[in-house]
Amino acid sequence: MSVIEAQGVSLTFQTADGPVHALKDVNLTVRPGDFVSFIGPSGCGKTTFLRSIAALETPTAGRLRVNGMDPDAARRARAYGYVFQAPGLYPWRTISGNISLPLEIMGFSRADRAARIDRVMELVELSGFGGKFPWQLSGGMQQRASIARALAFDADILLMDEPFGALDEIVRDRLNEALLALWRKTGKTIGFVTHSIPEAVYLSTRIVVMSPRPGRITRIIDSPLPPERPLDIRDTPEFIALAHEVREGLREGHSYD
Amino acid sequence: MSALPILGVWLGGLALNLWLARFETRATRALVAAIFGATIILLWEMIVRIYGVPTVILPAPSLIAQSFAANGSILWTDFVQTILKGALTGWLIGAAAAVLTAIAIDRSPFLQRGLLPIGNFVAALPIVGIAPILVMWFGFDWQSKAAVVVVMVFFPILVNMVAGLRATDAMQRDLMASWAAPYGAALWKLRLPAAMPFLFNGLKITTTLALIGAIVAEFFGSPTRGMGFRISTAVGRLDLPLVWAEIVVAALAGTLFYGLVALIEKKVTFWHPSQRT
Amino acid sequence: MTEAALNAPVPRRLRIATGDLLPILTVLLVIVAVWYLGAIRMNASWERDQAARAGIELTLPDLIGRTLTQDRPVLPAPHQVAVGLWEGVAGQPVTSRRSLVWHAWVTLSATLAGFAIGTGAGILLAVGIVHSRSMDQSVMPWAVASQTVPILAIAPMVIVVMASAGITGLLPKAVIAAWLSFFPVLVGMVKGLRMPDAMQLDLMRSWSASRPQQFWRLRLPSSLPYLFASLKVAIAAALVGTIVGELPAGATAGLGARLLSGSYYGQTVQIWAALFAAAILAAALVALIGAVERVTLKRMGLTQ
Repeated sequence: MSVIEAQGVSLTFQTADGPVHALKDVNLTVRPGDFVSFIGPSGCGKTTFLRSIAALETPTAGRLRVNGMDPDAARRARAYGYVFQAPGLYPWRTISGNISLPLEIMGFSRADRAARIDRVMELVELSGFGGKFPWQLSGGMQQRASIARALAFDADILLMDEPFGALDEIVRDRLNEALLALWRKTGKTIGFVTHSIPEAVYLSTRIVVMSPRPGRITRIIDSPLPPERPLDIRDTPEFIALAHEVREGLREGHSYD
Repeated sequence: MSALPILGVWLGGLALNLWLARFETRATRALVAAIFGATIILLWEMIVRIYGVPTVILPAPSLIAQSFAANGSILWTDFVQTILKGALTGWLIGAAAAVLTAIAIDRSPFLQRGLLPIGNFVAALPIVGIAPILVMWFGFDWQSKAAVVVVMVFFPILVNMVAGLRATDAMQRDLMASWAAPYGAALWKLRLPAAMPFLFNGLKITTTLALIGAIVAEFFGSPTRGMGFRISTAVGRLDLPLVWAEIVVAALAGTLFYGLVALIEKKVTFWHPSQRT
Repeated sequence: MTEAALNAPVPRRLRIATGDLLPILTVLLVIVAVWYLGAIRMNASWERDQAARAGIELTLPDLIGRTLTQDRPVLPAPHQVAVGLWEGVAGQPVTSRRSLVWHAWVTLSATLAGFAIGTGAGILLAVGIVHSRSMDQSVMPWAVASQTVPILAIAPMVIVVMASAGITGLLPKAVIAAWLSFFPVLVGMVKGLRMPDAMQLDLMRSWSASRPQQFWRLRLPSSLPYLFASLKVAIAAALVGTIVGELPAGATAGLGARLLSGSYYGQTVQIWAALFAAAILAAALVALIGAVERVTLKRMGLTQ
């Protein structure tokens, strides 16, 4: 039973300079519990594909199913949480208030909301910061709050579009570790867009390498790495071989031209 | 010869301010502004006395202060009539109408594209000109003045509120879509709070418009009370100190009104970068 | 919440795109329709009174026709105002006292004079404030405070005082107009001159640019968009100031005087025609500045 299924998905934008083939003939099956990374240069369609899964964009051809439903139906059934590159927290609400926001919209009871907020804040290691305002926290902590917000309503799927792109390397490492631990604990299906080869290899069970003009999948790599991964795994030969394979895929798609 | 003390005060004040301006503390800044104002008042008093400027041209500050003290009850009655009944009522009604209109046309980009250019146009017009028409419709009393104020403040606040409702970026709208939030939830929880800085910008600029509208509207017809009425009749009697006393009341009322709105703004938009620096 | 989205300035439409014409025309059409209905409704009671006194029965078409052609309607119909405007503009010799063109010229001349003075003073003071800390700290708070003094409210006093000193005609009105246009220009110019960020100023200093050079080559060009925005506000304010300056008793020339005499003698069509003439004048002036702005900014490559 696949969670996300794409068959021949294409998306063409009509722009003033002519049609832009953001996605061409994308085929992909994502199983429950997969951690799938999408990597490629700008214009390869990785963000467009993630947004299509989230029903924030509509494919112009092909078939896309999320949880067996049309993506928009899945959206209305609140099937996924979305995390953007910017935290996008409301400055007039505290951290707890921000996490509570989707819960209020979805109609959870007050007691339920309080319990969920506590739970997800502990998951992202932000316990105790509930009363603070976003501008009182660092970028990394704000992004953790954004992830907590996406987890609060227990959607099976987590879609993340370069969530750590704006953070420095050290913070990024810690958050990668935390995200992996979270994934192991909750068993969610995660779609993760990134520019960074080490990040893609470190986090994923499957790496989807994409290339631009037109946006398409060049190769799909299943990761042999075990689910338990300390940061030091990045120095092992298996890791380096995998990263090499990803780089080959990028070269294949003329990403380095 | 008689210009010497005047020059002395002026240069003294200037020198003091130039020296104080070097220290950039809050206290010295307040002091510099205060000294500038005090110097002007002092020079004013001196020039009027030394050169014997007739009161009908420019009364001395001391005379104005006397008039202020002597006419307390008249000034208060006028204040209630013009500021509280005319300006404040009109401002509240106009602001409420503008906010509701902005929300009403929020769902129709068509209406927005049609109404906003007209709104910008109307905001630049000499609105006070409709005062005689409104006096004809609503009578002499404060209601017609409030009506003038409503028309004057409606469009600036509308333009600001519409801009505020547009201020949320695509990412925030996508996030709301990802939670399948209905229109009402997105409006109440995201777009209205985000619009507050814009709304208060409009509210602040319209405080002076409301005051001016109420006073000038009274030039076109008023019962025997009100600041506009008092000013025009006092001018007719050449009772300039009373005119200036009314001006002082108007300036104080205006500052208080603006300050009050700014205070509420601070509470509501505490999160905005401009309030945090 | 992006800082950019929060700090975005209130958008100013410099130009109306062709796609906006249909919505604007639609809204205008609705306004005119509501206006007609309003005129019928508001003028109907007088019409019914008259009919009752004369003992005549009024049919609905009759009633509607009469309400839209009254001599002194409570609310003149749009076509009545249009006729009044037309007669005032084209139906009189331009130099006659009943010509709206003549009155408009009287108002316009005082407005432009005051606008020029206010703008000049505002720009000069702004340059001073930006370059002198003591001027900044002493003048700015009082410039802000001066805005709380309702100048329009003391317009009668200014006129009367200057009249008793023997100054009448254009100058007192120009003084009021100057005061009203001074502040927007001052604030806009100060903001604009302070626009260049630290990086730009550091660059200038690394080239050992003198203060005048910094001013003419960096600060002044970057301040132009803000200056033009303020000029539009200022000219509208100057026009309002002039019109109110024409209100005190004794004024017989200018659009404000026309408004006042219309209201004294119950000539509603005259009031509305004068009001529309003032509105057209205001729109024309703002559009003129907008055109100058477009040309200037385009030549400088600063168009939005």
